[in-house]
Amino acid sequence: MLEAQNLAARRGYAELFSGMGFRVKSGDALVVTGPNGTGKTTLLRMLAGLSAPAEGEIRWNGHPVRPFSAELRNVVAYAGHLPSLKDELTTEENLAALVELSGASASAAEIDRALDSVALSHRRALPARVLSAGQRRRIGLARLILSRRPLWILDEPVTALDAAGAALLARMVHDHLDRGGIAVAATHQSLGLEPARVQSLVLGETVPA
Amino acid sequence: MSAEAQTSVAAATHAAGDAALAGVRWALARDLKLAFRSRAELGVQLLFYVIVVTLFPLATTPERNLLATMGPGVLWVAALLASLLSLPRLFATDHADGTLEQIALSPYPLEALVSGKIAAHWLTTGLPVVLLAPLLGQQYYMDGESLTVLAAGLLIGTPILSLLGAIGAALTLGLRGGGGLLALLILPLYVPVLIFGAGAVDATRAGLGATANLSLLGAGLALAVVGAPFAAAAAVRIALD
Repeated sequence: MLEAQNLAARRGYAELFSGMGFRVKSGDALVVTGPNGTGKTTLLRMLAGLSAPAEGEIRWNGHPVRPFSAELRNVVAYAGHLPSLKDELTTEENLAALVELSGASASAAEIDRALDSVALSHRRALPARVLSAGQRRRIGLARLILSRRPLWILDEPVTALDAAGAALLARMVHDHLDRGGIAVAATHQSLGLEPARVQSLVLGETVPA
Repeated sequence: MSAEAQTSVAAATHAAGDAALAGVRWALARDLKLAFRSRAELGVQLLFYVIVVTLFPLATTPERNLLATMGPGVLWVAALLASLLSLPRLFATDHADGTLEQIALSPYPLEALVSGKIAAHWLTTGLPVVLLAPLLGQQYYMDGESLTVLAAGLLIGTPILSLLGAIGAALTLGLRGGGGLLALLILPLYVPVLIFGAGAVDATRAGLGATANLSLLGAGLALAVVGAPFAAAAAVRIALD
């Protein structure tokens, strides 16, 4: 269960949002929308534990969590704007390095299967330098599968993906929720989830308390 | 404390140690692999070191005694500059492609991951400088004993440069013109290393023995190994916030 109470964010002197609260239970998703510059990325970085809220508290399973705390680092899989890939490494090496960094262990066969499921197995030995933006995104999807984290935080996950990629992402999020995971996504495209499982949070308007 | 509690504390300490070790290993292996894939860049840094050291005899004097006096200082200053040249990239590339976020969110301790990166930095930039020094010292008519002491000093001193430099590199992350600022920030901290390192060779030439200087360098290294990863990790977290 992911909860936020009375969250506020500032950038310089400008207040992005304040008094924000929500509660997302296991198997549900929170979809964050709002115009550019209303604090979607800031909110997601707070939930991932990368930055501290100006006010308020974030709780995971009832316990307050602080930025970079061990509790959060063991549950969060964060996919931000940047792909976290090294141009010098191959697709396979990039994926293996990221999975190992997340503390999960994946055999060569599992990595193969994950690359297969994101339709990248024919590009496994190519350096990431030559991959397209969409293919880079797909490596990120494979990482999400293999890191086996209960809380997914996805910042504009559909960007650069083609129709098949977007459908794949939707299916992945669906399976993740089925397993009892939680997903928080900032996106304007539909993820095709059943409405009953989705809470939506609109930034830049009157914020639900 | 009951025997059971003691066992569980011991197990927890053991697990934490394992995680730290795994973190160091991950960062070290990955950074070494990356360095190997872009080895031309390392070659440039090393060539810079060689050229700077070579410029001084050409610009000053062919006189043996003067060169032998100047040599240790020149080699040390060139080592500092070579280290400074490679430092901005220590965290900047990971910062620019988003890997640093994943590193900070890893269950491995950030201090361990930073230590692994620093170790890789030293192995790829510091160690070659140490190995080349006796060869380059020949241009300065340094005798065998001086060359040995110079190399020993560099072997203890260059890891300190990587460790202190990592703090500066992390503090200047994301700043425009960070490279220049990094030099201003870090060069004053390098001064003690320079004094004791070059001083060790001078002391040998004066017949005093290098033990005192090298011991002080060793003490500095011990201090930096314990402290610098924590300071650099804290700076990385601030840079991401």
